[in-house]
Amino acid sequence: MNIIVLIKQVPDASEVKINRETNTLIRDGVPSIINPFDMYAIEEALRLREQHGGKVTVLTMGPPQAAEALKEAVSLGADEAVLLSDRAFAGADTWATSFTLSKGIKKIGSFDLVISGKQAIDGDTAQVGPETADMLGVPFVAYVRKIEKVENNRMTAERMMDEGYDVVETSLPALITVVKEINEPRLPSLKGKMKAKSLKVTSWTAQDIGADVNLCGLKGSPTKVVKIFPPAPRGNREILSGTIEQQIDQVVKNLKEQTLI
Amino acid sequence: MDYLLTEDQIMIRDLARQIAEEKIVPVRAELDEQNKFPWDVMKAMAQSDLFGLFIPEEYGGLGKKTLELCIAVEELSKACVGVSTSYAANALGTFPLLLHGSEAQKKKYLPAIASGKRLVAFGLTEANAGSDAGGIQTTAKLEGNEYVLNGTKQWITNGGEAEIYTIIAITDRSKGPRGASAFIVEKGTPGFTFGKKENKMGIRASSTTELIFNNCRIPKENLIAKEGMGFIVAMKTLDSSRTGVGAQGVGVAQGAINEAIKFAKQRVQFGQPVTSFQAVQHILADMQTQTEAARSLVYSVARFVDSGAKDISRPSAMAKLFATDTAMKVTTDAVQIMGGSGYMKEYPVEKMMRDAKILQIYEGTNQIQRNVIALDMVKEASRQK
Repeated sequence: MNIIVLIKQVPDASEVKINRETNTLIRDGVPSIINPFDMYAIEEALRLREQHGGKVTVLTMGPPQAAEALKEAVSLGADEAVLLSDRAFAGADTWATSFTLSKGIKKIGSFDLVISGKQAIDGDTAQVGPETADMLGVPFVAYVRKIEKVENNRMTAERMMDEGYDVVETSLPALITVVKEINEPRLPSLKGKMKAKSLKVTSWTAQDIGADVNLCGLKGSPTKVVKIFPPAPRGNREILSGTIEQQIDQVVKNLKEQTLI
Repeated sequence: MDYLLTEDQIMIRDLARQIAEEKIVPVRAELDEQNKFPWDVMKAMAQSDLFGLFIPEEYGGLGKKTLELCIAVEELSKACVGVSTSYAANALGTFPLLLHGSEAQKKKYLPAIASGKRLVAFGLTEANAGSDAGGIQTTAKLEGNEYVLNGTKQWITNGGEAEIYTIIAITDRSKGPRGASAFIVEKGTPGFTFGKKENKMGIRASSTTELIFNNCRIPKENLIAKEGMGFIVAMKTLDSSRTGVGAQGVGVAQGAINEAIKFAKQRVQFGQPVTSFQAVQHILADMQTQTEAARSLVYSVARFVDSGAKDISRPSAMAKLFATDTAMKVTTDAVQIMGGSGYMKEYPVEKMMRDAKILQIYEGTNQIQRNVIALDMVKEASRQK
């Protein structure tokens, strides 16, 4: 099975601070990690390879330092790593990102499955998976929590829903996004780390993947950010005490006082 | 302190530390409480290639040596000596094969050991043969193409869990120590069973059992080296592994210091953190100084062993002796600094103190280490005359 895993390098959320003037993330000096949801995608790809054989290629779009994220994926066991890096890719929204990734995937060539995390923890849009699938013209299954079966170019998977789950069958090749319930990501191996240390990551520009620069990066992004603002702070909170009955009476009284009921 | 480790050594240290923090620390109290063998942790270590660390590359390992093994063992021991004992005992059981095994034996067993698929144990100790390894009663008699083993090994680490056992047994009692031989016995061989699992003071995550041989027949090819080499195989094995026990001492001592200082910074008495009292400061200073001295000795001896030196008995005995006596003292002091809290199972230092005790006892008591050191000194002095 040839599997391509889409990963994103994101700031470590536990270290992030906000610039109060622009309301954007301060990324300088913040350690970068692989988007946590993508760690599950990598792990699932490695498990599928262990079962079915084949190759795992990790792919990301980003600045040159995103190669570090790819190397980490290799230390976990990925076979190959490709970085899509070009000034023309900067400022991309999810549409332009998906366009660029789909071009990169086409350049890698044939694949049975593309996997990524359900969303990235910095943008939180969950759009790149489905958009990339559409641009590749392959079926898409979101929120996969379990891959039940892969055989005869078909895959059966469980898609997590708010209440319960769907069992979905799809033809391959396909693109899926995974949730954290799917597995427990492994730690790196020493052999993987040694391989990653000496690895020269393949880096492709817009020209390399045959992407029209007008469709990449900021130019290719239909999304316009009009304003960034923090959500209004919550109102006053009050923690009630006493028996359940007393607390309920108090809640009802408070709501009536504020003419909410 | 910077020990000028190589990039690879730092990588090994960081990965072992990650395993210790993410996979061992969260479960160590439960493993201790329930006397439970840490299979989940062992699997994580196998996946991370830690079992292949000291095995040559041609057999699927990483081809690293004593220092790298010590670095990994130290990190694991910071979190739990029960787990690190299970890991280190695997190395101990593998040394007879590495040092004296035939090419065929190495090809057959080492790849599965390197990948962590098959765990190893070393069987020397018996009821009447501990410090006095000459008192071995277990016998191996050649009958046709098979050796027939009879006898009972005692207190064998990884007993029951391991699949491969390297065993010392007597092939010719009339020859004394030269009548001992080393064998490979696989779990599942008819006539080979396990006795009760011991209920220990510490290192409770590790498994300790009897190995019982009752007309256990093994192929002749399972003899390691030659008949009569068993005692030498055992001594060379212990020479090679002893520094690693020292590394366990360094690890548990450092783990205890880290806990003690973390606690002491928060613990307020007489209106200030107890770290502001010199009585506490001086204990902490001694703990760290002694541990750093132990680490320096362990690393130096490991480098000496890795240089290919032959006369490693004395230095490896010194590393084991000093580092494990230090571990006992430092873990006891850590409990003292933490006072009532240190004595409670809510905190890990009481376990560290219980775990540290075994390090002064197993793989040659520290009294035996002193014998080894002193005898070698006397021998050297005699040579110089």
